[in-house]
Amino acid sequence: MELVVFVLSAAMILVGAVGVIVRSNPVHAALSLILTLFGVAVMFVAQNAHFLAAVQVIVYAGAIVVLFLFVIMLLGVDRSEDLSTEPFKVQRPLAAIVGLGLVGLVVAAVVSSRDAITARGDGLNVADAIGDGDTNIKQLARSVFGDYVVAFEVTSVLLVVAVVGTVLLTRRVKSSGKDS
Amino acid sequence: MSFLAAATPTTTWYLILAAVLFGIGAVGVLVRRNPLVMFMCIELMLNAVNLSFVALAKKMGDIGGQTTVFFVMVVAAAEVVVGLGIIVSIMRRRPGATADDISALKG
Repeated sequence: MELVVFVLSAAMILVGAVGVIVRSNPVHAALSLILTLFGVAVMFVAQNAHFLAAVQVIVYAGAIVVLFLFVIMLLGVDRSEDLSTEPFKVQRPLAAIVGLGLVGLVVAAVVSSRDAITARGDGLNVADAIGDGDTNIKQLARSVFGDYVVAFEVTSVLLVVAVVGTVLLTRRVKSSGKDS
Repeated sequence: MSFLAAATPTTTWYLILAAVLFGIGAVGVLVRRNPLVMFMCIELMLNAVNLSFVALAKKMGDIGGQTTVFFVMVVAAAEVVVGLGIIVSIMRRRPGATADDISALKG
């Protein structure tokens, strides 16, 4: 059963990821990205990260991809681009070599060190015998608002800065005013 | 179908899948010229790293991995907002620009 879930969600992830880089229409690429994000959410559930799976669907598939689609429509680039012509001939073979080398190195490192990973924490609490299904959220909340509370506060500052910066960046400069 | 029930995916499988996903995202950033699609490939790489964090959190029994993924998601959202703002302001100035056209930091 676990294996079936893994194989199905891995197929979703890989098909979606390949779709992002081979689809010529940016809208289709964004929809392929949704497929990948849902596959990753399924894997989060399989790895006892239930809260992160919900956040993945809501924030990534819900907000970020919608933001992408919104910008695509706003800019009017929702038509296919020509992917067959490549101005720099050697770029694609070089990119393939770099990608395969990267994957090969990481896989070699993972396989050679697969016995070095040992349990060191207290363990992830899954749903216990009482039927309390939200133990993952409680444990994550204790970590975020306990050990990492300073990072959490800094993150809120980051979000405010990002919003203000984006409003400043995309503000239309009045043509009649100061133009510099 | 009995061999299907016997084999259970281990952490190594998840890490290898994350490596492949990261590689696909990296190739996409190197190959594509549309800045929007390049951004989507960066999201692919972020998701690959998130997947490996969650797999290692399960393996090591440490909730810190999931906490890190939480922060990565927030930072990714902020990054997408700023990046798309930059792309919108560039595209407004010169429509149809690719990543090759915006190599210089001058308008």
